[in-house]
Amino acid sequence: MQRIGVFVCWCGSNIAATVDVAKVVEEIKKEPGVVYAQDYQYMCSEAGQLLVKNAITEHKLTGVVICSCSPRMHEATFRKAASSVGLNPYMVEVANIREQCSWIHKDRVEATEKAIILARAAVAKVSLNAPLQPGESAVTKRALIIGGGIAGIQSALDIADAGYKVDIVEREPTIGGKMAQLDKTFPTLDCAACILTPKMVEAAQHENITLYTYSEVEEVKGFVGNFDVKIRKKARYVDETKCTGCAVCTNKCPSRKAGNEFNCSLDKRGAIYIPFAQAVPNVAVIDTEHCIHFKTGKCGLCEKNCSAKAINFDQKDEIIEEKYGAIVVATGYQISDVTKYDEFQYTEHPDVVTSLELERLMNAAGPTKGTLLRPSNLEHPKDIVFIQCVGSRDITSRGKCYCSKICCMYTAKHAMLIREKYPDVNVHVFYIDVRTPGKNFDEFYRRAVEQYNVDYIKGMVGKVYENDKGGLTVRAVNLITNERVMIDTDMVVLAAAIEPSKGVKKVASMLTASIDTNNFLTEAHPKLKPVESPTAGVFLSGVCQGPKDIPETVSQAGAAAVKVVGLLAKDKLVTNPCTATPNELMCNGCSSCEKVCPYGAITYVEKLVNDHGIKETRRIASVNSAVCQGCGACTVACPSGAMDLKGFSNKQIMAEVDAICR
Amino acid sequence: MDSKELCKEAIRISGIDPRKCMKCGKCSATCPAFEDMDIHPHEFVSMLCDGRIDRLLKSKSLWRCVSCFACVERCPRGVEPARLIEAVRVCLIRNRNENFISPDEIPALLDPQLPQQAIVSTFRKFRK
Repeated sequence: MQRIGVFVCWCGSNIAATVDVAKVVEEIKKEPGVVYAQDYQYMCSEAGQLLVKNAITEHKLTGVVICSCSPRMHEATFRKAASSVGLNPYMVEVANIREQCSWIHKDRVEATEKAIILARAAVAKVSLNAPLQPGESAVTKRALIIGGGIAGIQSALDIADAGYKVDIVEREPTIGGKMAQLDKTFPTLDCAACILTPKMVEAAQHENITLYTYSEVEEVKGFVGNFDVKIRKKARYVDETKCTGCAVCTNKCPSRKAGNEFNCSLDKRGAIYIPFAQAVPNVAVIDTEHCIHFKTGKCGLCEKNCSAKAINFDQKDEIIEEKYGAIVVATGYQISDVTKYDEFQYTEHPDVVTSLELERLMNAAGPTKGTLLRPSNLEHPKDIVFIQCVGSRDITSRGKCYCSKICCMYTAKHAMLIREKYPDVNVHVFYIDVRTPGKNFDEFYRRAVEQYNVDYIKGMVGKVYENDKGGLTVRAVNLITNERVMIDTDMVVLAAAIEPSKGVKKVASMLTASIDTNNFLTEAHPKLKPVESPTAGVFLSGVCQGPKDIPETVSQAGAAAVKVVGLLAKDKLVTNPCTATPNELMCNGCSSCEKVCPYGAITYVEKLVNDHGIKETRRIASVNSAVCQGCGACTVACPSGAMDLKGFSNKQIMAEVDAICR
Repeated sequence: MDSKELCKEAIRISGIDPRKCMKCGKCSATCPAFEDMDIHPHEFVSMLCDGRIDRLLKSKSLWRCVSCFACVERCPRGVEPARLIEAVRVCLIRNRNENFISPDEIPALLDPQLPQQAIVSTFRKFRK
């Protein structure tokens, strides 16, 4: 029989105001095995911990139940305290009477009753607990960054500078991401390329960084410190080691049908192309969908003109296998689909563009060489209307329920840049709210209004339509004057919502990292662990975690890097002893557990077993406890109840249920 | 029914929570009858939210809404102003307790050309 001590925390008034803690103590003392019970104001304080430690020693406790906040908060604290006085830390259980009781109930009598029941369940579980010993696992001193935008580049540089090897896997043929497409950056209006391209080059030349561009993560196995990753390096059909980036092939290519992704498809590119002049690596790639050689077997002009002999039509995808200790997800964002907003005529009229398209229309490397022209007739526009919140803060099926955060600032930027360069152009901005928190951000927006005379109108646009003068008419209401507003304009710019990049779901499921209803990756704690994913060894950087601007992204990228460095600096990690173990006599060899294991920890072996005197060789499950993370999926999947999780055995869980239902 | 209660009743009938409105004004921006209204759709939602139904009951706008549902279609918050306006109309008609029809009279009034929907929505305007 265990000698169990129960410690009931008041958590100031958090618990004590709703739960009669003295009553809990009094009732729990009646439970079999409970030899000691006490309440205290702050059990997690030094004094509170001392109280627990002294009781363990004085009353020779073999098990401890702490009735307090969530085990996610202080389980580790109390286990450490118990361990310091010689009690196995896995003999400590936490009954959550705060988040799951006092915080959610109002009635004191009911809440007290529930707290007693929760405590009873924990006592029942501890009665069946056994001491567990954690093991150790080695740490592979190499990090993987998924995504080569500014977030991924910054995380990689910071980790590499700390002396660890880093690989960046980027889906596109070049690193740089969305920031490379931007013209200027707020609030200082420095040119995006001027501040980004040196970082891209630095990443490429850093001795600790390896770039896998035009590559995707194909498979992730293993666990914190020991991830086994397969990377598919897609065939470029150009030998990276030979290509000099001279761009002769891209000029000779006769195919001109493909939309140029870098310029948001506002112009065309060849089937062989280099995404942009400062691409890293500066190596061409063949788009087989548009290549005449791949479609008809003819052409081959690029091959004939390549003096470096870099073209290789027979190149195949390559699979790279590498081990990593930590993974940073930096998959970024994309512009959400605005075609669903037919009232804004985006699909109908070329002069209705998204803000990212406008970036390209204003950029010197863009389709108009930096001169702002109407896409429909390449004439100078006289009026431009910006519409904010297109698809953001929209709870219908067309939009995103969240604020995209960056649009207010980049719209102010666009408005200002246009007024600066073309003072004859009238700029109108339709807004719902202008949200510009951030250092020097509101001042920036006010400059647009006060210095550049940008016409900010409060009210969402109802409709955009083509007028008989060949331009566009914007219909709205000025909510300040409560009057109808009709503006004839030459261009309409939509501040489209941003959303996590396509494919993030696949990445998240490979990493067993969780995502929210908007496909943003979830952080381990919204305030205190903002760059950690709940999955150990997986960290978050940039917009994949939530909308943010460049300064915030760079800060978060650095924070994620520090967490990675903190992990890689360790030689050994303590492993969780709560792993699965099969009962060999009960296992029927069905492989159900092997199929559900997300870590690949389960294999099947032929083993000689002695089943009540009958000796025979059977196919039974075997768990690699160094790989098992104790998620418990196998214990649920096992049809014969052969799989059990140490510390969470079926018997213990049933004892808890029995205690609750008693 | 006092105006507070009547307001609650209108909101109940509409099945809409006007507090979801973020005051973007897209309903008014999109409304083809905007110029003919004394109280515009976005004001309508805001006034219902504040429990100020008296002015709405007397407003011209109540009868200017042509139920084209453009606002319903385009409202980013699912507030559906046209449904709120319709609910206020229903409240008013029910309150007046006029146009009472006895069930026996209905068969004679039925017109095969009349859409089913119109008949059903007429029923909504009466109270026992």
